[in-house]
Amino acid sequence: MKDVTMNKIKISANNVQVYYGDNHAIKDVDVQIEDKTVTAFIGPSGCGKSTFLRCLNRMNDTIDICRVTGDIAIDGEDIYDRRVDPVQLRAKVGMVFQKPNPFPKSIYDNVAYGPRIHGLSRSKAELDEIVEKSLRRAAIWNEVKDRLSAPGTGLSGGQQQRLCIARAIATAPEVLLMDEPCSALDPIATAQVEELIDELRQSFAVVIVTHSMQQAARVSQNTAFFHLGSLVEYGDTDTIFTSPSDPRTESYITGRIG
Amino acid sequence: MSDPVTSSLLSVDARTRKRNAAEKRFRFYGLSAIGAGLAMLVLLLVTIFGNGLGAFQQTFITLNVPLLEGKLDKSGERDLEKIKKVSTFGYAPLMVQAMEDALAANGIETELKGKKQAALLSKSAAADLRDFVINDPSMIGKTVAFTFLANSRVDGYLKERVTRESIADDKSIDAEQLDLVDALVVAGVIEKRFNLAFITGADASDARPEAAGMGVAMMGSFFMMLVVLALALPIGVAASIYLEEFAPKNWITDIIEVNISNLAAVPSIVFGILGLAVFINYMHLPQSAPLVGGFVLTLMTLPTIIISTRASLKAVPPSIRDAALGVGASKMQSVFHHVLPLAAPGILTGTIIGLAQALGETAPLLLIGMIGYIASNAPDSVASGLLDPNSAMPAQIYEWAKRADPAFYERAWGGIIILLAFLVTMNTIAVLLRRRFERRW
Repeated sequence: MKDVTMNKIKISANNVQVYYGDNHAIKDVDVQIEDKTVTAFIGPSGCGKSTFLRCLNRMNDTIDICRVTGDIAIDGEDIYDRRVDPVQLRAKVGMVFQKPNPFPKSIYDNVAYGPRIHGLSRSKAELDEIVEKSLRRAAIWNEVKDRLSAPGTGLSGGQQQRLCIARAIATAPEVLLMDEPCSALDPIATAQVEELIDELRQSFAVVIVTHSMQQAARVSQNTAFFHLGSLVEYGDTDTIFTSPSDPRTESYITGRIG
Repeated sequence: MSDPVTSSLLSVDARTRKRNAAEKRFRFYGLSAIGAGLAMLVLLLVTIFGNGLGAFQQTFITLNVPLLEGKLDKSGERDLEKIKKVSTFGYAPLMVQAMEDALAANGIETELKGKKQAALLSKSAAADLRDFVINDPSMIGKTVAFTFLANSRVDGYLKERVTRESIADDKSIDAEQLDLVDALVVAGVIEKRFNLAFITGADASDARPEAAGMGVAMMGSFFMMLVVLALALPIGVAASIYLEEFAPKNWITDIIEVNISNLAAVPSIVFGILGLAVFINYMHLPQSAPLVGGFVLTLMTLPTIIISTRASLKAVPPSIRDAALGVGASKMQSVFHHVLPLAAPGILTGTIIGLAQALGETAPLLLIGMIGYIASNAPDSVASGLLDPNSAMPAQIYEWAKRADPAFYERAWGGIIILLAFLVTMNTIAVLLRRRFERRW
C-alpha cells in the first residue's frame, strides 16, 4: 500500500463490502484517495471497480438490491451516515458516465441545471458566468459559445462527453468521479478528454475507472487494481505499472488475465 | 461438402431455392392478410356511409302559416300565460289551413281531407309551431313562412326507403298522400336539405324519428369524457410514476402490477356492475348521470393509462435518470424535470386512446341507466351536465338501432358516422401530439 502521500486524503474507504442480493460484489476494500490527484481504478470486466466508484456518491442507492457496509468518509465525514442526504452528497461529488448522457435540452440548460436546482446563482448574469466558466474549464466553450441554445444531444460524442464534464463541474464539486468516460469516444476525443482530466486535477480529486491501462498510465498519479471484487494493489501509478508487488497485477498489466 | 466445380454462384442450389420459396410464400401470406383487412375496412366504411349519410339530410315542408289571433290569443292581450294554455290541438287547424293554402296556391288538386294532408307533416310539427309562437308572441296575427319537418314516411319516400309497394300494410301513409307528395316536390314546397338538428338536437319518441338528433347524447358523452380526463389522467399518471420510479420492487408491487394488467382485460360490463353497486346503490349518486358514467369509465380507462404511462416512463433511457441524479437532483426532480417531459408524448397518446375507448364504450352504461333514457333538453350548466340524467353517443346509437321504425335505423348509422368522426379526430390529435413533442436522444 502507498504510504508516502503528498496531498491530503480526500476520501477514505475502510472495510467496504457491497452485496447485490446474495452476490458479494466488493470484498473488504480499503483505499485512501488523495485530493488534487487523479486516481485510476483498473481491472478486468466485472471486477467491481465501477460498483465501488458508484459507492463514493451513493449512486448505488438507486439499486434496490444493493447493500453497502463499511466506512466511506469524505473529509472525515461518513457519507453513509444516517444524517447524510445523498442529494447533497452528489452535488459535492460530481459524476461523469460511461456513455455521454446530456439532457435533451439546450447546451446552456444542460450546464445550468445543476446550479439552478442547488441555488448556486442569484441572478441570470451569475448563472451565465457559471455556465461560461464550466464550459471553458471543460475545454468546449470555443466550440459551443455561438450555439448555447442548440440541443446538447446534437453535439458529437466527444463534445457531448465534455459537455457532461462541464455539467458535472458546474455544481462546484470537490470530487469528480468518471466511469470509463472515454470508452464511447474516438482517439482524438479521448485525447481531448484526457488532457482535460489533467487540467481538472488542479481543482478536484478525480477518480477515473478505465479499461485502458495506457489511459490509466497517461492520466493518473495513483492506480488501484481490482480483481474479483477485491482491491489487489493500490499505489503510485508508476510503481504499479513498472514493478507491481502482486503477481495478479503483473499478469493483468502484461495481458495474461483480463 | 459440395463439389467446388458445381457450386457456382450463378446457379441456385435446391436448398436455397426452397428457402427462397418459403420466403415468397410468407410474404404472400402477409400481403393477403393485410389485403383482407383492408377489404373489410372498405366494406365497413362503405356500409356505414351508405346507410348513414341519409341521416344528415332531412325532408322539410315550408308552408305559410296564418297565426290567427282568434285561435291563439282570444283575449288579444299577448299574455304569455294565456298563450301557453293553447295546446298543440289549438295549432293543428292552422296547419291544415296552411296546407290547403299551399295546395291552392300551386294549383294542386286532391281528394284528400285536410287532416290527411296535414299528416304529411311530422307529428312534432304542431309542437314546433307552438314553441315558435311562445318564443315570439308578437308573430300572432301574421302569416309566417314556417319550415316543418316532414313525416318520416315522406322523408323515407324521398330517400327511396319507402316505396309505393312497401306502404301496402302501412297505416300511416297511403298512395294518394304519396301522389300529393310528388306534386308538392314539383312545386318546391317539399324539399330535402342538410339537417343540422340531427347533430345538435335531442332524441325523440318512437313516433317521430324525423325529429331525433344526437346533440344531447353528445353533451352526455362530453361531460363523461370531462370526468374521465379530470380523474383518470392525474390518478393514472401519479400511480404510474410511483410504481415505476419510487415503489420498492417486492411482492406487493408485483401483485399490484399483475392486477393492473388483469384489470385492463376485464370485460367492461363488470365495471358497469361495480358502478351500479358502489356509486348508485351505495353512494346514492343519481341514476343515468354522466358523472356516474364518467366514474365508471374512469375505472375502465385507468389500467390503459397506467400501462401506457409506465411503458413511456420505461422507454426513457436510464442514463437520463443517472445524469440528473449525478448532478445532485433529488429523485422527484429527476422525474419531474427530465423523465416526465420525455415521457409526456407517450402518456398523452395513451390517455387519448384510453379516452377514445371510453367514448365508444356502451356496456357499462347499460347498468347505470344511461341507455334508454331520452333526455329532451341539452344541459344548461356544468352541474346539470354532470348530474342530470342523460345518454351517451354509443348508447344513443344502440337505442336507435333497436327501435322498429326503419327511419331510426338510418339514424343509428348516421350516429355511427358522428362517433367515428370523434374517434378519428381524437386519434389524429394523439398522432399529432406525438409528432410534435417527440424528442430524440
